[in-house]
Amino acid sequence: METLTTRNTYHPMENLLRMDRLPHIWCPGCGIGIAVTTLAAALDKAQVDLNNVCIVSGIGCTGRVAGYVKLDSFHTTHGRAIPFATGIKLANPNLKVIVFSGDGDLLAIGGNHFIHAARRNIDMVVICVNNFIYAMTGGQVAPTTPLTAYATTSPYGCVEPPFNIPYIADSAGAVYVARWTALHVRRLATSIVEALHKTGFSLIEVISPCAQYYSRINRLGDGIDMMRFYHTNAEIRHGENTKNLDIPFQSNIICGKFVDRERPSYTERYNKWRTQIKGEDNEG
Amino acid sequence: MKADPKSVLTGVYYIDGDVAAGWGALAAGCKFIAGYPITPSTEAAEAFARVAPKAGAIFIQMEDELASIAAVLGAAWGGAKAMTITSGPGYSLMMETIGYGAMLETPFVLLNVQRGGPSTGVPTKTGQADMMQSRWGSHGDYEIIAISPDSPQEMFDYTIKAFNLAEKYRCPVMIMADECVGHMTEKVVIPAADEIEIEPRNFYKGSAEEYLPFKPGSDLIPQIAKAGDGLNLFISGLAHNEKGYPVKKDEPRGIYLKRLIDKIQKNKDKIIELKEEETENCEVVVVSYGISSRVAIKGIDMAREKGIKVGNLRLVTVWPFPDEKIRELANRVKAFVVPEINYGQIVFEIERCCDGKANVVLVPHGGAGVHNPQDICDAIELGAQKEKKSEGIIEFKTRLEKLVFEGNWSAKE
Repeated sequence: METLTTRNTYHPMENLLRMDRLPHIWCPGCGIGIAVTTLAAALDKAQVDLNNVCIVSGIGCTGRVAGYVKLDSFHTTHGRAIPFATGIKLANPNLKVIVFSGDGDLLAIGGNHFIHAARRNIDMVVICVNNFIYAMTGGQVAPTTPLTAYATTSPYGCVEPPFNIPYIADSAGAVYVARWTALHVRRLATSIVEALHKTGFSLIEVISPCAQYYSRINRLGDGIDMMRFYHTNAEIRHGENTKNLDIPFQSNIICGKFVDRERPSYTERYNKWRTQIKGEDNEG
Repeated sequence: MKADPKSVLTGVYYIDGDVAAGWGALAAGCKFIAGYPITPSTEAAEAFARVAPKAGAIFIQMEDELASIAAVLGAAWGGAKAMTITSGPGYSLMMETIGYGAMLETPFVLLNVQRGGPSTGVPTKTGQADMMQSRWGSHGDYEIIAISPDSPQEMFDYTIKAFNLAEKYRCPVMIMADECVGHMTEKVVIPAADEIEIEPRNFYKGSAEEYLPFKPGSDLIPQIAKAGDGLNLFISGLAHNEKGYPVKKDEPRGIYLKRLIDKIQKNKDKIIELKEEETENCEVVVVSYGISSRVAIKGIDMAREKGIKVGNLRLVTVWPFPDEKIRELANRVKAFVVPEINYGQIVFEIERCCDGKANVVLVPHGGAGVHNPQDICDAIELGAQKEKKSEGIIEFKTRLEKLVFEGNWSAKE
């Protein structure tokens, strides 16, 4: 088995990163790098065979994660990370599949796939980095942009209520739902480890600063100011009803582990059903 | 490699083309089909779903066509032979990810049972108007292979061939069937497993350090890997180098495209399959594909009875296009007659290859039905009457068009 600690390297992150692809494209003050570092720590802690882990991203800033992580990694088309990952998982159920993508990719263009994968309970860990905005394209309004927040395509303030991502995941059937900010690295790592050991659809939302767009357009300071904001305003409430997890503009962000339950995964149901069919066939 | 006996439903059947394609996929070693119900292709998905579990294969009905094609690509990179099944609007929805598949050099098969279009069109009736879309539908420049079967037996046989081509050339392979072929019920003979030749996936077996996912062999095709092989693959739709990494500013950016195109174009002779009959000394040659080639036989017979020397060229492979064959024929025939169930798609390829050396008569059809063989016969006569000098595409009005546009049509007829 190959794990992070058995991979022989000098720098702790070298184990999981494609060093030959650095420097990365993320802006100073961005939280995606923190989420990736945390994933590395979690993979180490979870003691999973890295040759059996694959990571699937969509398009956007977070979509670039697949390109920097030294695992089997797939940078797919916009919105299709989850169905692509569904195909991988069903073709080879032994793989641990992680979907690592952004809020726009997973919840806007890919929103339908998100709810259906949760409904089917496909065994995968979905890490959704939510920076409240389309950053790769320059700061457009997202389905997660808080009401009244500015974006280049909502120049007078966002008029649409945003998605509450944990609530959607919970309602659609996810077996594990958690939310942390980029500040909560140890708690986030613990959640990723727990999710990696769950069988079924797990969702971890990571609230992340976008210093260049969301923060600048809304005059919220730079990355460090956003982190300071999380420090003051993040409130940990494990087991909170996911209905109550809306994030109004610049108000409290409720974090924690909200859902941890058991439901048979797609593969478990399918295999059971397949054995039954084969059994009937043998009788005939 | 021979087919797996568990996957081959050996026997003689009376089934429709859709079912034959579903069973053909299973025989070809397909382990994964993701699809979304759409007329007139659904029976193929149903047929596969019914027989798949016993052969260790999966059918999953996804939430839409966007998900279906993405799941198929995921399954292919998970190591499975995979296919999706669709028609009309579903095909349009899949376009973006088809280009992604071509870019990643992913082996997969897409069965399009064409229906009348555009838009919702005539869902339950036939059409052949997606032929150009199959070649050019996704953005950017790429190559695919498209095959056009004309009977349920061919739906079985050519589905297997489609999988073999996809594995060999690592590209999307489209089975461009149509509603008539899909819903036509005929005798289908499924041979024993050891009579079915299967192209195994050419997996990389060397060391992880040396693996370059997009480094081609002498045949221009790279060896493939799958997730879980310990190779730390990076697969991206971004313009990439041999390592799969996005090309940098100082690398020549568009150059990867040349091989994507060459691997099909330079292997054309091995890919293209045509069926020719009496083309040696003919004055007119009918070029057709799919269900139109079945109808054309009758039209050709009628013209031959009138003493016209007619050749029959059937495009089993439509893409890559058999330029050389058409060029060679253009030197010696007066005219090409092209019946297709659209208002001109493949006919323009033929006109291009004619290069002014022969006339081209399009026998158009708006869809929701097949040609009247009499129209094809009339078009052949028209072609035979013309001088060898090219007038380009000669206008030809079908009987139905004359009736409708000259105001003589009534519901009774």
